[in-house]
This record gives sequence, C-alpha cells and structure tokens, in this order.
Amino acid sequence: MMSKPIAVCAKLSLLLTSFFTTPVFAAYEYNLPTPVAPLTTQMYELHMLTAKIATVIMIVVIAIVVFAIIKFRKSKGYEADQEFHNTAFGIWSWILVPIIVLGIDLTIAGSASDALSQVEDYSEADMTVKVTGSQWKWTYDYMDDDIRIVSNMLTKEEAGEHYLRAVDNPLVLPVNRRIRFLHTSTDVLHAWWVPQIVYKKDSIPGYINETWTVIEKEGTYRGQCAENCGTGHAFMPIVVEALSQEKYDEWLTTKKLAMASAAAEASADKVWTRQTLVSRGEKIYNTNCATCHQVNGLGITGVFPALVGSRIATGAISDHINIVMNGKSGTAMAPWAGQLNDLEIAAVITYERNAWSNNTGDVVQPADIKSARK
Amino acid sequence: MSAVIHEELHHEAPPTGFKRWLYSTNHKDIGTMYLIFALVMLFVGGAMAMLIRAELFMPGLQIVNPDFYNNLVTDHALIMIFGMVMPAAAGMANWMIPMMIGAPDMALPRMNNMSFWLLPAAAILLLSSMAVSLIPGTGTPVNTGWTIYPPLSLQTGMGMDLLIFAVHLLGVSSIMASINIVTTILNMRAPGMTLMKMPLFVWSWLFTGLLLILVMPVLAGGITMLLFDRHFGTSFFDAAGGGDPVLFQHLFWFFGHPEVYVLLLPSIGVLGLVIPTFSRKPLFGYKPLVYFMVFLFALSLVVWAHHQYTIGMSLGVTTYFMIGTILISIPIGLMIFNFIFTMWRGAMTFETPMLFGIAIIIMFSFAGVTGVMLAVVPADLQYHDTYFVVAHFHYALIPGAVFGLYAGVFYWLPKWTGHMYDETLGKIFFWWTTLSFNLTFFPQHFSGLAGMPRRIVDYNIMYVEFNQISSIGGFLFGLSHLLFLYIIIKTVKGGEKAPAKPWEGAQIGTPGLEWTLPSPPPFHTFTTPPQIK
Amino acid sequence: MSETVEQNYFIPEPSRWPIVAVVGLFTTVLGLALWLNDVSLGSVILIAGALIVTYLFFGWFGDVIDENLTGKYSQEVDRSFRQGMFWFIASEVSFFATFFGCLYYIRNISLMYLGGEGQLGTSNILWEGFQYAWPLVNLPDVTDYTQLKEAMGPWGIPAYNTLILLSSGATVTWAHHGLKSNNHNHLIWGLVATITLGVIFFSLQVYEYRHAYSDLGLTLNSGIYGSTFYMLTGFHGFHVTIGTIMLIVILVRSIKGHFTPDNHFAFEAVAWYWHFVDVVWLGLFVFVYWL
Ligand code: HEA
Ligand code: HEA
Ligand code: CUA
Ligand SMILES: [Cu+2]
Repeated sequence: MMSKPIAVCAKLSLLLTSFFTTPVFAAYEYNLPTPVAPLTTQMYELHMLTAKIATVIMIVVIAIVVFAIIKFRKSKGYEADQEFHNTAFGIWSWILVPIIVLGIDLTIAGSASDALSQVEDYSEADMTVKVTGSQWKWTYDYMDDDIRIVSNMLTKEEAGEHYLRAVDNPLVLPVNRRIRFLHTSTDVLHAWWVPQIVYKKDSIPGYINETWTVIEKEGTYRGQCAENCGTGHAFMPIVVEALSQEKYDEWLTTKKLAMASAAAEASADKVWTRQTLVSRGEKIYNTNCATCHQVNGLGITGVFPALVGSRIATGAISDHINIVMNGKSGTAMAPWAGQLNDLEIAAVITYERNAWSNNTGDVVQPADIKSARK
Repeated sequence: MSAVIHEELHHEAPPTGFKRWLYSTNHKDIGTMYLIFALVMLFVGGAMAMLIRAELFMPGLQIVNPDFYNNLVTDHALIMIFGMVMPAAAGMANWMIPMMIGAPDMALPRMNNMSFWLLPAAAILLLSSMAVSLIPGTGTPVNTGWTIYPPLSLQTGMGMDLLIFAVHLLGVSSIMASINIVTTILNMRAPGMTLMKMPLFVWSWLFTGLLLILVMPVLAGGITMLLFDRHFGTSFFDAAGGGDPVLFQHLFWFFGHPEVYVLLLPSIGVLGLVIPTFSRKPLFGYKPLVYFMVFLFALSLVVWAHHQYTIGMSLGVTTYFMIGTILISIPIGLMIFNFIFTMWRGAMTFETPMLFGIAIIIMFSFAGVTGVMLAVVPADLQYHDTYFVVAHFHYALIPGAVFGLYAGVFYWLPKWTGHMYDETLGKIFFWWTTLSFNLTFFPQHFSGLAGMPRRIVDYNIMYVEFNQISSIGGFLFGLSHLLFLYIIIKTVKGGEKAPAKPWEGAQIGTPGLEWTLPSPPPFHTFTTPPQIK
Repeated sequence: MSETVEQNYFIPEPSRWPIVAVVGLFTTVLGLALWLNDVSLGSVILIAGALIVTYLFFGWFGDVIDENLTGKYSQEVDRSFRQGMFWFIASEVSFFATFFGCLYYIRNISLMYLGGEGQLGTSNILWEGFQYAWPLVNLPDVTDYTQLKEAMGPWGIPAYNTLILLSSGATVTWAHHGLKSNNHNHLIWGLVATITLGVIFFSLQVYEYRHAYSDLGLTLNSGIYGSTFYMLTGFHGFHVTIGTIMLIVILVRSIKGHFTPDNHFAFEAVAWYWHFVDVVWLGLFVFVYWL
C-alpha cells in the first residue's frame, strides 16, 4: 500500500514539470480529455491559452519575489531605500500596474467571446434529445422519433474498471449531425456533462436548459452528473455511444421494433408463469433497483432499506405495487409507473417477492398493474 | 478631577472568575475569546476534512455513507468559514483596532460581547444539525453542500432547519460585529489619527464590515424563504407554483461572492503591516491601495453570477459577469504588486510572519489566476463543479485567508502574551504547512481537469493517484496544526519577555499606536485619548 | 465638567445582558426548529425563549437608560449610538431589498421563461398551456397549491394604509419639533397620534389578511403571488409592530420627562426607524399592490 503513493509522488514531480506544456504521458489523465466536437475543442484551446497566461504570470511573480529575496536581505547588509516610493516608478506604478493587468484581462475576455457566442447559438439542429435527470438516473427522449432510453449505473461486478462511469443503456448518437440537447429534471438539480463532446448546463426541475454539439468521431464517451443531487450523486454516470450514420440508422430501426414488440407484449393480457416473471424481473431489478437496494437485496443500513424480509416485499401485494408505482415521497424511492411498462413492473415485483429468502410464492401479472394504473 | 471620574468609571483590575468572560465588556478579553473559539473550530472543521480525505483515500465506501459524507462537506465548509476564518479575523480586529487607532475599547462593548457569544450558540446548532440525522425519523441529513441549493435542501430533514437557524445566528453575530467595528473606526479614532493615517489593517476591516452589513441580510432573506418553502407551503423555489430554484442561487451568491473578500481582506490588511515591518520600508503605494479597496468593494457586489454560469443566462448577461469578474484582478493585482514593491529595495529579514507573507503573495496569486481561468465562461462550463474549483478555492482560502491569519498570530503573539514565540519552531511550522498544503491541493487541479466532480463520496479508479497524494498531504497538513497549537500554548505559558516593540521595523510607514503600549498591554488602554502629532 | 466627561471615554461595567440575549435567541430558534418538526416541547421551549428575550429588552435598555440619565455618556458615546443605529437600518434596507429583488426576478425573468419567452423559453413545453400574467392566478401546475381566486387590488385598504403611514411619519416629525422646542404637550400628543395611526394601520392589515384568506383564496400556499405578497407585507407588518412598541416605550419615557431638547437619541433612533418603515411601505404599495 505504502509503496504506491511513493511511486505516485515520483510521477507527480514529473507532472509538475510538464503541467500545461506538451503532455509527457499522453495516456495519463491530468488535463481536459481530448475534445471531439467543435465547441469543446474551442473550450480546450481557451483553457490551454488561459492556463499558459496563468503560468507566465506566476513565473513573473515568482521571479520578482525570488530576486528580491536574494538581493534585498538585511543579513547581506542591504540598506532599505526609504525613498523608493517617491521615485518616478513609485509615483506612477498605481496607474502602470492596472493598465498592464487590464491589457491581459481584455486579451483573455476577448479570446473567449467567440466561443461564448457559439455556446449561446441555438440555430436549428438536425436532431433534438431531451435529457432528463432524476434521482439517480438519466432518461433520454429522442424528440424526433419517439424513442425513450433510461440509463442506469452498472454495478461494480458488471462495470469493472469503468465503475461509476458506465451505464446499462448508453445514449446512442450519430456523428457529424448537429444535435440539440434539452436539459431538465424531475426532482432536484443535476448537470449532464460529457467533457469530450458536451459542456455542462444544469438540469433544473421545471425549466429547460439547452446545449448543442456535433460529434466528429465515433466512439464511447463517458461523464458523470456534475451537480450535487443528494445520496446518489456519485452514482449517476453518463455514457454516449457515437455511431456512423449507417450504424445509427440500423440501431434506430432495431430499437423501434424492440420497443414496439415490448409494448405489445406488455399490453397483451397474457398470463405469465412465475419463472419467466422472476427471471425477467431479476434483470430489471439489477439495473434499476440494485444501485440502492443492492443486488443482494440488503440495501445500505441507514440509507437504503433492505427488501429481504421487509414489510413491503413480504406483506400485502397492493402496498408493494403501490410503492413501486408511485414511490415514497420525501425519500429516494422514485415512482416507476412512468419509467417501466406493466410487464416490467409486474416482473420486478414478482422477483422481489420470491428472490433471496422472500419465498412468498406470490405472482403479480401485468393485468394487476394495468388495473392499478386506473 | 479627571482622574477621579476616571476611577469611578471603571476599576483597572480585570474582574475575576467566569464573570470576566461571560459578562466581559473588554475588547482584549473578547478578542481572546474569539481567537480561542476560532482555534477550536479549526480543529473541528479540520477533523471533518480529515474524515473527507480519509474516505477519498481509496475508491469505494470505506468510512462514511454518501449522505453523511456530504453532510461532512457541508459542515466542514460552514465551520471553516463562519466558525474559523471570520471569528479569527474578528478576534484580531477586536484586539488590535482599538489599540491601533487609540481608542479605549470598541464603540459598543456590550454588543461586542453578544456578537461573540452568539458564535458558540450557532456552533452548537450547526453540530446538532449533523447529530440529529443519526436519530431515526429525522429525515435525510444535510447532504447539500454549504450552498444548500433547493430543491435538494427542500428534501433534507430536520437537520436543515437547525442549520438554517445556525446560519441566522451567525448572520446576526457578524452583522453586530461589523456595525461595532465600522462605528469604532469611524467614531473612536484618537485626535490626530486621520483616516489616511490608519494602518492598512484598519482600512481592510472597514470595508469588510461594510460588505458584511450589506450582504449578510441577503443570505438571511434567502434562507428564510427556504424555511418558508419547507414548512409554510410557499413556492419561491418551485416552478409548479411559479417560483424558480435558481432564484436561491442568486441570493446565495450575492452574499457568497462578497463573502470571499470578507475572508480575504483582513488577511490583506495583516500583510499590509507584516511586509513593511520586515522589509523595514514604508508600505508601497498606501493611498492607491486604499482607493483600490473601494474599487474592489464595489466590484465584488456585482459579479456574483460567475458561480452560476451553468444555469443558462443570455449572452449579454454572461459576458457582463465574465468581464466584471476578470476585472477583479486589477485591484487585487495592484495589492499583490504593491506588496512586492514594498519588499523591493527593502532590508528584509525572514521571521515566521514574513515567511507566511511571502508564501501568500505567491500562492494566493496562483489562486487568483486559476480564479481568472474559472471566470472565462466557456472554460468554466468545463471546470464547474469539478475538483479544479475545489483546488482554486482552497488556494484562495488557505493562503489567502488562513495563512494571513497565521501571519497575524505570529506577528501579534508577542503583543498579546508578552512572550516571544519560539522562532525555530515557527519556521518549522511554516515549511511543514506550506509544503504539505501544496501537496494536498495542487493535485486536485489535475483530478478536476480529468473530470472528477465535487461532492462525490466514491470515484472511478482513474482518479486514485491524485486523491492518494491529496489525502497524504492532507494528513500531514492536519498534523502540522498540532505543532501550531503547541507553539501557541508554549508562548502563552512563557518564554523570552517581549519588549513593547518586538519588531525592529514595526513603527514604519503608517503605524498604529499598538507598539507604543507595553507587551502585554494593560487591561484598559487609552482611557484618556492620546495625541497623534 | 462636561469638558472632563468629553476627555474620559465611557466603558460600561461587565454586564450579564449579552449572555441573556444569546441564551434567549438560542432557546427561541431551537424551540422554533423543534416546533416546525413537531417535536413535543418545541412550542414550550419557543415560548420560554420569547419570554427570556422580552425580559432581556427591559433589562438591557433599562441599564442604558439609567446610565444615560446619570449623565455617564459623553457626546462620543452618543455618536456611537447614532452611527450604530444608522448601520443597523442600512442592513435592514438590504434585507427588504432582497425581497423586492426576488419579486423583480420572479416577475421579469422566471415567469417569462415559464411563459415561453427569453433564454429558457423552451421551458414552456413542460407546462402545457401555461400563460404568463401578473398577478399570477393560474399556476403552471396547481396540484400542490390552492387556487388563487382574485388578487389584492391597490385601491381601498392599501391606499388608506399609505395615507395613514405617511401622516404618521408627519406626526413623529411634528413631535420631534415639539421636543426640540421643549414643548411637552406638543411632543406627547405627536407621539400619541403616531402610535394611534400605527395601531390603525396594523388592524387594517390584519383585516386585509383575513379578507385575503377567506374571500380571495390568497394564501401562503396559492403560488408565487401569495408567497411574495405575504413575505413582503408580512415582514413589513412585523417591523410596524416593533416600531409601534418602540414608540410606546418612547411615549412613556417622554411622559417621565427623560428627554431634553439636546439629548434624546432614543427618540431620534425610533423616529428614523419609523421613517424607514414608511419608505418600505411606499415601495410595497407601488410594487406589490399597484404595478
Ligand atoms: C478567499 C476566497 C476567495 C478569493 C479571494 C477568490 C478570488 C477569486 N475567485 Fe474564487 N472562489 C472561492 C473563494 C475565493 N475566490 C470559493 C470558496 C469558491 C467556490 C464556492 C463553491 O462553489 O463552493 C470560488 C469559486 C470561484 C468561481 C466559480 C467556479 C465554479 O464554481 O464554476 C469563480 C469563477 O469565476 C471564481 C473566480 C475568482 C476570481 C476571478 C477571483 C479574483 O478575486 C482573483 C484575483 C486575484 C488575482 C488575479 C491574482 C493576483 C493578480 C495578479 C498577479 C495580476 C496579474 C493577473 C492577471 C492579469 C489575471 N471563484
Ligand atoms: C476557510 C475555509 C476552508 C479551509 C481552511 C479548508 C480546509 C481544508 N479542506 Fe476544505 N472546503 C471549504 C473550505 C475550507 N476547507 C469549502 C468552502 C468547501 C466546499 C464545500 C462544499 O462543496 O459545499 C470545502 C470542501 C473541501 C473538499 C471537497 C469535498 C467534496 O467536494 O467532496 C475537500 C476534499 O479534499 C476539502 C479538504 C480540506 C482539507 C484537507 C483542509 C485542510 O486545510 C484542513 C487542515 C486542518 C486541520 C486538519 C486541523 C485539524 C487537525 C487535527 C484534527 C489534528 C489531527 C490531525 C490528523 C488526524 C491528521 N475541503
Ligand atoms: Cu445527479 Cu448529481
Ligand atoms: Cu466568487
């Protein structure tokens, strides 16, 4: 354990020398990730510019101070020059310094103006995605062809090295199209941020914020929620899959078919066996519920209630249906009625009532949910 | 005649027992209480920081759960700012300002005592706001961060109410203290102590006080509205009722940004005394410094939205706030350079206060330039709410405010206690803190740029290296404060007797009257106004 | 004599009032916090705190009055009190400015966005068919709120109240002249008139609130219009109450003959405060009731 930090310190000392200059370890993350969209590229360049100006200013300041320290010390018998503030410099510096600083300031502000007007440019986009933050997951609505993607964090087991930066259903987008994002929220503030392709704007409940991008390169881009949204703030990652136009269109058609069939399946008043419901429910549970109630159903003591042997999960079915569909206000428990279809809700409830040691043997059918919706 | 009246007005000897402290009307005793309270709170808030760093030492949930983590973050911030920096600065104001301007005491001594004793009361409320969350049935802990943004702060439980009232008391306390200090400065100066003869520390506190009088009520208003939304069904911060969550952010930062200069200015004032003293040379450009403080005062009130670039504001508004914010580098830049020019062609010696002074000039400039980077809107849309910001403001707060106070402590300890502190220990402490400080917070710039958000209890392994350095640095930095504590106790207990004017250069430039008094000064000073020639 | 007093600063004896004040405030807010979260005893603690605070005022101001009457105060102390009061009122100004600022922000920015204009205009798609009008009668979503029937018009009670407060401002000034010209009756009756007007204002305000709650459906819970309305008028009413109480104290002291033409800071402090409350009301009348 102890050796690692030391190695790290060595690394850092190298870093300090290379900070803001050409990256020594390209692989090593110590600066804004390489941008792949025009606007984030501008931001990156702006960042590098201001960073360089900052470095120069620091060098100047440190140089003067160090020189003074070395030269003007009493121990070297240096006599203080009591008249220094009455020299021409002493008399005029109060206007001199501000002018120089103002000069630098205006340079900085000026170099930002272009990127700034770009940020605020809401000209027509090729496609629009509504990004809704909720405690604690992201919902993506493709405004043009009504598709909805709900994306949740993957558990440690599933995510591996990308844990906290990996999701089950990423947002899929085409490259080289102007994409407009509408940001809003269902509960508290969140911020949708994928550094390489989109800068952040807050998701404000009841209001809509806008950002836009044109992704220039295929690939997987990761980010995290960037506004404190409570208990799960650390646990709502963002992943964007950027595909070429053809691949994207393919994905779109398959996605639409899948959604259609799922909807049909759910609405059909078919009666399901417990096994199928449980096995379907397990998947849904692990992606939607496990972040809080944990895969083992034990929750986190004092934060998230356990489901194993809980009053809800082993008590009256109607209560169970009610809390899953309508949530529990004032707590982290969200209403799922809008997020999942009848079949999914039925499946997840059946799973919760039969998984672990909850062997109630109950079965909840989509029909029950449908009637509960009225 | 005058002597007689003078006797019947007040006995010279300090009252004895607990009454001396509980009932005090003496600026020196109250100042001492402020300073002790600040020291205690430094350790409380610091201990919370240690927990934060320990949790972040490794990925995963080791020590605390997510809610309690952010509760720690919230109280760490509030305690450090309202409980440590502001009381410490107020303590120095209490001790030094009356002695500097030749006043017998603060203008309103009883109110002075009240504004101090409000602080422990507030601290109790603040800590209990954290404690209640341990009792089941009191709802979610205050997991919002010190900015207590709604709607999240509407979800939290009873802890938030206690926190709101704690902040109310803190607000009352600092408004009273500010009224007192401003009145003292404007009304109690000895004959001949004209405004333009005042030491820079007095000037900086004048503006600090004015800022607090103006902005504290705004915060009070904001949190009151929060309280109403929580309990009385109003809809200030709820769109469904026609309100707006962002409104609270405007209120908070209209207070919050001036607040950072409230934290900075007293330390700037201390530097304005320390640097000339140890350069044996008058403060360079005293008048410009004063005038540019007016500029800073005005500017600081109109740039608050640079904390909210991400809420979505029109092009014109963002541009205005960006330029306004960047312009702040002018007054502060002037201050920095005037301090440098004060050292220039001086005869410098490097006692502990001076070491801190020099370190501040460099490290605070760094905080400043990263601040200017943050002020650039398009770039901030990337930096915002990452550890880059955390790094910026710890560089601003610790060198900018805290180290300035340390410099003040070492500069005035001889005056307060009548003993010289142990210079070698002082130097050791200086090097230990500055190095471990940089080790703690420099890496956070990188983890921030690499994309690590603030206020997260758990992080992806890609950030592990920087966080481990940061934690180790943090622990070292924390431990250094035990030495600090030891030095102070040692000096209070005893040590080489301090003369009235322990520092050779102390009387240079625009000196106060504090050095004309013995160390430690008698319980009551200047009961008859001194004459300044 | 006066010359020597000028020479010697006055420093009060150690006093227990500051501690009492802190204990009082602490108990009050603690009680409030408990009461709001309906913890048992909350209300009891709250009342206890309030009592301590009341006791405190008698004690503390009692001391100050004694010191003043026994001529302990130099001009300098008097100046300190004046400046202190001035800065206190300054902070009060920015407290009210906050709420006016909020009203402005809500009316000209937030609601505009929700109504579909401006920077965040797209927000409107979240609120089917919401249209911005002030006073805001139809909320974006009324489910959590009570429906406002009708807004409070400026003419009628508010207009009367404006006249009342303005004339009360005149009457204190009149009383002040009486004090300066050492005309006792003049002073007393001026104060009595002011207090009466203050009380009338207050009662009308109470009546208006009951009218608003019962007839207009204008409540704290009727959306942002109600919220801002009660926040502004409520805090103002609270200040009027304080002001009236202070005026009554001043009246009593005037009857006791505490004030002389050249030493009556307490009177002036209260007068300033009263004028401040006046001015705030003018703002209220224009921005809350009228526009
Ligand atoms: C003592 C406290 C202190 C001080 C003095 C400052 C000073 C400054 N701060 Fe900082 N700041 C904070 C404390 C402080 N800040 C805190 C606590 C936060 C976070 C709050 C939260 O979200 O929790 C914050 C956050 C913060 C943000 C928001 C970031 C975000 O959340 O996205 C911004 C953005 O503009 C900012 C900017 C500045 C600027 C421009 C200055 C300027 O005043 C700096 C001016 C000084 C200099 C520039 C250096 C000296 C000048 C020279 C050497 C001359 C040459 C320089 C140039 C030409 C540039 N600060
Ligand atoms: C003046 C203000 C001030 C000061 C002095 C500090 C001091 C420190 N702060 Fe912080 N901090 C803030 C103001 C301040 N801070 C603010 C405003 C925030 C934002 C909050 C928010 O996001 O809402 C913040 C947030 C913040 C974070 C970000 C949390 C997050 O976003 O998730 C971190 C993380 O490292 C941190 C660390 C530290 C550390 C290590 C110190 C150290 O300097 C502390 C060192 C001092 C001590 C440690 C003294 C105590 C010593 C002992 C107890 C002896 C025992 C020692 C050991 C056991 C080692 N602070
Ligand atoms: Cu969502 Cu943080
Ligand atoms: Cu700021």
